[in-house]
Amino acid sequence: MADVRNIDVDYIARVEGEGEMHVKVVDGVIEDVWFGIFEPPRFYEAFLEGRPFSDAPDITARICGICPVAYQMSSVHAMEYAFGTSVTGQLRSLRRLLYCGEWIESHILHMFLLHAPDFLGYESAVHMAADHKDIVELGLRMKKAGNAIVTMVGGREIHPINVKVGGFYRAPTKQELLELVPELEWSLEAVVETIKLVSGFTFPNVEQDFEFVSLSHPLEYPFNEGRIVSNKGLDIAVSEWNDYFLEEHVERSNALHSRVRERGAYHVGPLARYALNYEKLTPACREIAAEVGLGPVELNPFKSIIVRGVETLYAIEEALRIIDQYEEPAKPDVELNVHAGVGHGASEAPRGLLYHRYELDSNGRILKAQIVPPTAQNQLTIEDDLRVVLEDQIELPDEELSWVLEQSIRNYDPCISCATHFLNLKVERITTQ
Amino acid sequence: MALPKLAVYKFASCDGCQLSILDVEDLLLDIASVVHIANFPEASREVVEGPYDLTLVEGSITTPHDAERIHEIRRQSKYLVTIGACATAGGIQALKNWKDTDLFMRTVYAHPEYLETLETSTPIKNHVEVNFELRGCPVDKMALVEVVAAFVQGRRPNIPEYSVCVECKRRGTPCVMVGHGTPCLGPVTQAGCGALCPSYNRGCYGCFGPMESPNTEMLAAAWQRLGVNHRGLVDAFRGFNAYAEPFRITSDHHEALAVAKGE
Repeated sequence: MADVRNIDVDYIARVEGEGEMHVKVVDGVIEDVWFGIFEPPRFYEAFLEGRPFSDAPDITARICGICPVAYQMSSVHAMEYAFGTSVTGQLRSLRRLLYCGEWIESHILHMFLLHAPDFLGYESAVHMAADHKDIVELGLRMKKAGNAIVTMVGGREIHPINVKVGGFYRAPTKQELLELVPELEWSLEAVVETIKLVSGFTFPNVEQDFEFVSLSHPLEYPFNEGRIVSNKGLDIAVSEWNDYFLEEHVERSNALHSRVRERGAYHVGPLARYALNYEKLTPACREIAAEVGLGPVELNPFKSIIVRGVETLYAIEEALRIIDQYEEPAKPDVELNVHAGVGHGASEAPRGLLYHRYELDSNGRILKAQIVPPTAQNQLTIEDDLRVVLEDQIELPDEELSWVLEQSIRNYDPCISCATHFLNLKVERITTQ
Repeated sequence: MALPKLAVYKFASCDGCQLSILDVEDLLLDIASVVHIANFPEASREVVEGPYDLTLVEGSITTPHDAERIHEIRRQSKYLVTIGACATAGGIQALKNWKDTDLFMRTVYAHPEYLETLETSTPIKNHVEVNFELRGCPVDKMALVEVVAAFVQGRRPNIPEYSVCVECKRRGTPCVMVGHGTPCLGPVTQAGCGALCPSYNRGCYGCFGPMESPNTEMLAAAWQRLGVNHRGLVDAFRGFNAYAEPFRITSDHHEALAVAKGE
């Protein structure tokens, strides 16, 4: 008789969207590990064809209710690239501020509501609140401070309405931004407390030799601009994405898998950004990172929750800096010279690099669109992680093993709605004697 | 007495509407004290078996499997509310209803044979009885709280059905069409967002779908006077609520005219 252990999680909880995991272990040997995406396909790239360029930020925002700002930013940068325009000065700063808001709300949502319950052994944050109400409330208050930025600058927290190619429909007044300051200042201390709290969690001891990929900018921690770099020698312009990366369609997933052409799986998101841009963090960020035991590179994906905290601190500091230096611009947008062309844009969504490419006709209508979301890029790395974690924890009973494997998927804060243009977990164990 | 059981289900969508529940930061724990969040995979691993007293459904029906799944959910639900433009009107993905799905699959995926998808994206009401529809792309989070509160209190939700214009007047926003000639869908779009876009100097783009009895042709004529051609009208009415009947009829009409005029 074969001892077959199947661990199947048909619908992975506490992630955005619908995915599944399947693990098969035969006589203690891992035979198959896959992470699948059954989120229904929505065909964004197809129905963008024929739409005016100006629709791209509003339509692509709807790919994801958690990180709409990322879609808006990558799309507007791609269109501006096509038209040979760039947005500078206070308008550029306002875009960074909007992105700070999204990083804060998305990172805090993930840390407190989706990921912390794993470490503390609760089914959900609501269950966790029964014993740790103060912690949950701390998180919710910080999340609200992040959402308040998005609401002020973007008009509303989900699917902001104020972003356009060339800038904004209306620039906020200095007074409107100053109203955000008190809660952000409170959050500065709250997030440091949070980083200390999460660094005290117990982490499975697993590391991988990741190829980290992120944007890199000479002067700042990356949000909207920079070159695409990796710790294995990649250093390319955003417009060269398709020369160095490959997207593949595999049967188990409604999201395309991407790989570095020369090497294979890679890792985008907080761990990658942190490792590749450590020097660009503020002194306060590097100080707290050191205090809680993070080096300049962190290879344990479970510790991404700490890095999200450090990045949240960065985003709060950056938001306060931008607000302090803000002066209302004379015009909320720049003139566009609409013509045929090809545009590329990449920005750092909370979950990692988000690449857009558009071909436009002479009226600025979209002929072809390509959108590469962070979770699609992380799929292969997530499967590699599952193998490593499985090998390390294989002695656990099925229920506990299933939970730690789910947790290792949640390390990536996967956004499956995004990836499908994508979670469900299965562990199958077989013993043959 | 046991708390009423709440379930949240997702079909083809962006997660934004169910995220609205987690976005009511100040009220989230209060909501959890009046309803038992029994099945909400985005927020919890715990799954308490149905039947459920209140079921919120996000997303549209786009796969054969989902067309089956919604019937089981209906059987398990005493009161079923659709949340957002996808669930009430088919969402932005309903744009495929005007196209050849096979072509769409080939545009996005190398191996269309791996996919199972229907020809159309349709609202939940086309498949099962729906007790209440909450509009918006996304829904307004306080309106979602109102739906849950109304259910707990045993009354009809107090959600406006008038147009965005009423909200502009109420907040004192000057009309963007009259004031600076900006085309706006506000006169035919249901209120609910608080007339957000006009307050940011842009025209409404129809997130909450058609109001009751909208005069879309009158508005189309006004847009044409502002220099928008038929193709521009097709783009405007084919947004996040494209498949809602009044918007669908209007966009089809102007598409025919656009084709006739070679736009």
